[in-house]
Amino acid sequence: MNLRKYLVLAGVTVFAPVGDILLSYGMKQVGNISLHNVGSLLLAVANPWVALGIVFLLGFFASYASALSWADLTFVLPATSLGYVLIALIARFALHEHVSVFRWAGVVLVASGVGFVTTGPELTHHPKHEPLGHS
Amino acid sequence: MTHHAVSTLNGWLAIAAGVISSSAGNIVLSRSLKRIGDLGELRRSRGIVFVVALLLRNRGFLLGVGCMAVAFYSLLFGFSWNDVSLIAPATNALTFIANAAAATMFLHERVDGRRWLAAVLVATGVVLMAF
Repeated sequence: MNLRKYLVLAGVTVFAPVGDILLSYGMKQVGNISLHNVGSLLLAVANPWVALGIVFLLGFFASYASALSWADLTFVLPATSLGYVLIALIARFALHEHVSVFRWAGVVLVASGVGFVTTGPELTHHPKHEPLGHS
Repeated sequence: MTHHAVSTLNGWLAIAAGVISSSAGNIVLSRSLKRIGDLGELRRSRGIVFVVALLLRNRGFLLGVGCMAVAFYSLLFGFSWNDVSLIAPATNALTFIANAAAATMFLHERVDGRRWLAAVLVATGVVLMAF
């Protein structure tokens, strides 16, 4: 692991939860979408909060695709949940919101899980193959 | 059915669709991207246009993106019916477990005790954070 790879994982961590929050906020403005009118989901992207959420999720996807190109899926995926830890810390120390005991317990478990993974190897080595990008 | 029951049912339908499509997408994407090689190094040595062209010509990558798009719209559908505090953590928690199993079966990743423990800890932690 080098600085570039840690930055990619940081991108995975930060972009996803911010995107989720923006999408949720936008979809509350759009309102309920019935199963009989699923086509209106396509129009939901016209909402500015949904559109901004999509921009953040594109940032997440670029970081995520980059991480998956050099690390195992089971190494990268836990990193996506570190965003929830970040949100809980921001809520408590920057926004001075009440964070329940359950949420702190969740923070500890997620941080421990991510800690377990990142102390191990990032990639399972399979028999050598020539990557397509280098051919 | 009451509005609450419909909300709950549609919320869990969205979660199930999200878990299945994102797990399938993750497996296909991970396999395709490993075959392509480190995107960061490729971008430095060959340029961003080369990397984008390489990705857009790769069927596995496009299929993975398609699966992720289905997962994204499932999430959007779920958000329109239920709270983000249920939809996002439940989808993510179940996705961790489903992906650990799928990565062992389809990608032959070495998911040792450490990674299983991490998947369970993260999934439990994500659920607790919803309270």
